[in-house]
Amino acid sequence: MIIGAGECGGRAALTLRDLGFEGPVTLIGDEPHLPYERPPLSKEAMASEAPVIKAIASEEFLAERSIRHIHSIRAVAIDRAARAVQLSDGSSVPYDKLLLATGSVPRKLPLPGLGGRCVYLRTFNDALAIRAHLSAGNRVAIIGGGFIGLELAASARKLGAAVTVIEAQPRILMRGVPAEIAEVIHEAHEAEGVSIRTGQGIAAIADKGAKVTITLADGQNIMADLAVIGIGAVPVAALAAEAGLAIDNGIAVDEHLRTADPDIFAAGDCCSFPLAVYGGRRVRLEAWRNAQEQGALAARNMLGADEAHAAVPWFWSDQYGLTLQIAGLSDEGRSVVRRDLDDSAFILFHLAENGRLVAASGIGPGNAVARDIRLAEMLIAKRATPSPEALGSQAVKLKSLLAA
Amino acid sequence: MSDWVEACAAGDIDEEDVMRFDHAGRTFAIYRSPDDEYFATDGLCTHEKVHLADGLVMDDIIECPKHNGRFNYKTGDARGAPVCVNLKTYPVKVDAGKVLIQVG
Ligand SMILES: Cc1cc2nc3c(=O)[nH]c(=O)nc-3n(C[C@H](O)[C@H](O)[C@H](O)COP(=O)(O)OP(=O)(O)OC[C@H]3O[C@@H](n4cnc5c(N)ncnc54)[C@H](O)[C@@H]3O)c2cc1C
Ligand code: FES
Repeated sequence: MIIGAGECGGRAALTLRDLGFEGPVTLIGDEPHLPYERPPLSKEAMASEAPVIKAIASEEFLAERSIRHIHSIRAVAIDRAARAVQLSDGSSVPYDKLLLATGSVPRKLPLPGLGGRCVYLRTFNDALAIRAHLSAGNRVAIIGGGFIGLELAASARKLGAAVTVIEAQPRILMRGVPAEIAEVIHEAHEAEGVSIRTGQGIAAIADKGAKVTITLADGQNIMADLAVIGIGAVPVAALAAEAGLAIDNGIAVDEHLRTADPDIFAAGDCCSFPLAVYGGRRVRLEAWRNAQEQGALAARNMLGADEAHAAVPWFWSDQYGLTLQIAGLSDEGRSVVRRDLDDSAFILFHLAENGRLVAASGIGPGNAVARDIRLAEMLIAKRATPSPEALGSQAVKLKSLLAA
Repeated sequence: MSDWVEACAAGDIDEEDVMRFDHAGRTFAIYRSPDDEYFATDGLCTHEKVHLADGLVMDDIIECPKHNGRFNYKTGDARGAPVCVNLKTYPVKVDAGKVLIQVG
């Protein structure tokens, strides 16, 4: 049984069947939709005339595989002694193995005065509500210069809305993105007419009727028809906590994605786990490929594979024509080597003190950095120590370093 | 059956690599395998229509540059999330140093 019918839960259910598991598979989700992909919500779906949902599997596909998908219903309690989950409709579903794939939800802005014109983006329904306000002539304020806010800013510009991004930190993308790359993104937004206000706390918000007035710390007012808040996400872990499972920045699991209860696993945005590539450092990732990989890994381990997590974190973001990709966690690095590619694309390689390649961050038009980031990811997984000269020279193929 | 079209010279593609080839409004990807054989598939990923030629070739796998979906380029089989729809493949032959594909 799987709680949370998102990227991770959906992939886990499909993987159980791919592996030939023949027992009942139940996937419970509180959203009214089939499991779907969230990344398009701030990108293509947001910029299109009529957003469509990108389902991971159709109803027929799930039915063919005898995956029972219960939608619009929430799991409200886990009874570990009875090995059953209570649902919001009063029913109870027994389990042999349980996967918690409850994801994360937007962090709330702790300010009074927020009303119906101050919204968050996580679900398809959120996206539809925001989309309705994005048209030429409308003004949108985006609170938080993180990925979701910036992607939304790019989509809103495509639709002709006037956009202001407000960021409390001294620059956008403070978390996980090197300054050199954040700068490229910052410039792209300004070139497209987005006003970015960094280093600006918010003193007050007045959200009355059809207008929002945001008062910045320096006293200036920003007026908008809609304010979208994107200041990070928090793991959904209450269900696990109430069942007595350990919480440590999300549901704490071991390298097999298992909680202290051998029958309960957690995976995706909701869990923290030891990352083997960095010597077991405990992290929680909010990334799409991680949700996919962990969903599949949890499925294998629920069937007894006893396989440890070994993947390297990987993330991408699209804004205007630019794509950013990051493999690994750049804060593990102590020095940086830059490799320039064609079309003003470039990659920053992050090296640890001992010379090990620990992360690579790249940005460029279209898929200009994709191949090299993927090769870097393999080098990181191999714990390679390539020479800075080789990394920095476009003439040296990364593939050749992999063979070395 | 439709014609054989000249796509490129055999030496234009490195071993274990891929090249984009556009023809008559369509786009293809042409591969040279590590054992020096040539293959061709549709040029766009079945997930989000991204050019596969920007991706990475490893053995008989092409990995999409966008979200790392995988296909076996010899058979077109989808080999890993998020791709689930197979790629169409096309016959290829090498003749006098030229790579020809049959665009059916
Ligand atoms: C707008 C947006 C853009 C993104 N773009 C990118 C990107 O470009 N690149 C990238 O790598 N990542 C991106 N991400 C992140 C990525 O989508 C997430 O990491 C991924 O969705 C996590 O999957 P998950 O299954 O763990 O959680 P979720 O997808 O959040 O799914 C969890 C599901 O469980 C449900 N649930 C929770 N509690 C219960 C309960 N008690 N009972 C029943 N159901 C419950 C939730 O409602 C939800 O449907 C983006 C996310 C968003 C929101
Ligand atoms: S576009 Fe190819 S995997 Fe998504």
